Amino acid sequence: MKVLFSNSWSKSLGLLVALLLVIASILSSIVFGVLDTTWQTAIDAYTNFSGTNEEIVIRDVRVPRALIAAVVGASLGLSGVLMQVLTRNPLADPGIFGINAGASFAVVAAVNLFSISSLTAFTWIAFAGAALSGVVVYVLGSLGRNGLTPVSITLAGAAITALCSSFTNGLMLLNERALEEVLFWLAGSVSGRSLEMLWTVLPYALIGWVGAVILARPLQTLQLGEDVAKGLGQKTWLVKIATGVVIILLAGSAVAVAGPIAFVGLVIPHLVRPLVGNDLRWTMLFSAALGAILLLTADIGARFIAEPKEMPLGVMTALIGTPFFVYVARKGISRK
Amino acid sequence: MKKYITYRSHRWPVSFLLDRRSLAVTILLAMLTFFVVVVSTGIGELKIAPVDVLRSFFGAGDPAHSIIIQTFRLPRIFTALLVGAALGVAGAIMQGIIRNPLASPDMVGVTGGASVAAVAFITYVPTASIHWLPVAAFVGAGLITLLIYWLSWKDGVTPLRLVLIGVGLGAGLSALTNLMIVLSPIYLTSKAVIWMTGSVYGSNWTNVFTLLPWLAVLLPLAFIMARDVNVQQLGDDIAHGVGSRVEKQRFLLLLISVGLAGSGVAIGGAIGFVGLLAPHIARLLVGPAFGALLPVTACIGGLMVLLADLVARTAFSPLDLPVGIFTSAVGAPFFIYLLYKQRKA
Repeated sequence: MKVLFSNSWSKSLGLLVALLLVIASILSSIVFGVLDTTWQTAIDAYTNFSGTNEEIVIRDVRVPRALIAAVVGASLGLSGVLMQVLTRNPLADPGIFGINAGASFAVVAAVNLFSISSLTAFTWIAFAGAALSGVVVYVLGSLGRNGLTPVSITLAGAAITALCSSFTNGLMLLNERALEEVLFWLAGSVSGRSLEMLWTVLPYALIGWVGAVILARPLQTLQLGEDVAKGLGQKTWLVKIATGVVIILLAGSAVAVAGPIAFVGLVIPHLVRPLVGNDLRWTMLFSAALGAILLLTADIGARFIAEPKEMPLGVMTALIGTPFFVYVARKGISRK
Repeated sequence: MKKYITYRSHRWPVSFLLDRRSLAVTILLAMLTFFVVVVSTGIGELKIAPVDVLRSFFGAGDPAHSIIIQTFRLPRIFTALLVGAALGVAGAIMQGIIRNPLASPDMVGVTGGASVAAVAFITYVPTASIHWLPVAAFVGAGLITLLIYWLSWKDGVTPLRLVLIGVGLGAGLSALTNLMIVLSPIYLTSKAVIWMTGSVYGSNWTNVFTLLPWLAVLLPLAFIMARDVNVQQLGDDIAHGVGSRVEKQRFLLLLISVGLAGSGVAIGGAIGFVGLLAPHIARLLVGPAFGALLPVTACIGGLMVLLADLVARTAFSPLDLPVGIFTSAVGAPFFIYLLYKQRKA
């Protein structure tokens, strides 16, 4: 396979470029929007705050939104890599594997049963739902006679998604007020979130990031095959469980803040592979950066594409991701 | 006693084996279905004794009862039965050709296509007559299946690709559905959500007679092709080896499955888990041979939706809930149990 960045030097350079692009995307996400602002106002909002509309928008809306999109994107990208390595499935993604649907159901259930309405409270509930459905899908997918095959886990994810979404629909019908509150959350978006929500999940996301990088080496070994890894003295069950926990931390914190956003986790690893090849450590770093870039740009696009209304971010990523999914499914399976 | 009854026609080129056990199960289930129809017709806001229900079936009942039974209860019950049967058989065929117990129209994106079309219809042309909604849903299901089939084609279609692309498109479609719901005014939202949950509320005889021809044509067709499904279940190579035209049969079976699922979903909305679960229950009763599986699946699918609807319309009275909530509530845990059990087998 031809790899764009073949040695460590060029990889480091590539990563530097990627990081610069992340920063550029964050800055453009702060400046561009329906309300026109200039770079000058953006800087003034922090150095020389005078309380104009533009400056308030930047401080309270744009900056939180950009930071959240960056963190969520990075987490989704990393969770995608980990899921694809762990399940040996090139189509793995929190959306496809039912984690998002579980989180959605948990949030809608909580709104109905305990009349919780603050977005901050959603965070914890979504986390719990994501963790639960992730575990269930993994167990269900590995039950069959052949163990954890790509098809069985994909179908298990689809089954759990179907289950959760029909419950979600049912609950929303019972209580229309709740419906209005959670509807936008359900479509997935990074707008209208306060920085506070980000601070709530950031520790978990950070643990997830560090964990992903630490796990890169053992996972690289595990990729050689379970037997080989065991032969080399690896405690494979430990690596698998740790990976599972990290996936839940990453996907859970992403869905908790932004709602269900599908396909980022799916797309990113496939974009990163031609850049850095099979070295998982570099893959992790690049995936985080590219995930952030992808989500930031998708979010900027979401503001303009359906003006004056705003397109939910989850829909944007799905529109990008579905054709990609089909492409990978066609390519990946024929090789066998 | 022999296990099979052999039938061989001397005039026509027809012969088949009837499994005694399957025959008995089918007859028993048919009787059970009839019994449940009679009883559930009697249950509701106004209770009617089963005897009176039977009497009114034969036109000899209390006129007041007859009106309730014939204009309100029976159409709904028949709709539930037919929708259930259609979804169940559609799932059985799908599981046969995809060779995976987790496949069903709602998993591989067929229902997703119907949902997009139906929700688009509800939100973008709210003034149009509701009678066109089933048409929209059916067309959506059909188009998306063709799209899935086309995208999975690459020197032929493998079941694996069919599933994966179906699931992927399904996820994309549900994002589209979400988009339309979010952008639509809130009073249309609950209408769309009801459709997506699946409901047979307010069914009339027109619904029944729209659905009936589909089943009347497609069920016998599926029955005729039962042998091909059996062969397909053995795997593509073996099926080729015994002389099946695998690709052509798979496409035909897929069309039958989608015709059934599409018509069922068109009338009843996206009722979940029937297509997935009914074939599993049927397989527990009569084994995997498709000829026996088909009628049993149809009965069980019908019974599932009928019973779920009975609960949906009576348990939370005066609230009349969408039947889909209950098929999922019962279906999902049972499904997980089935998967768990299969692992040990």
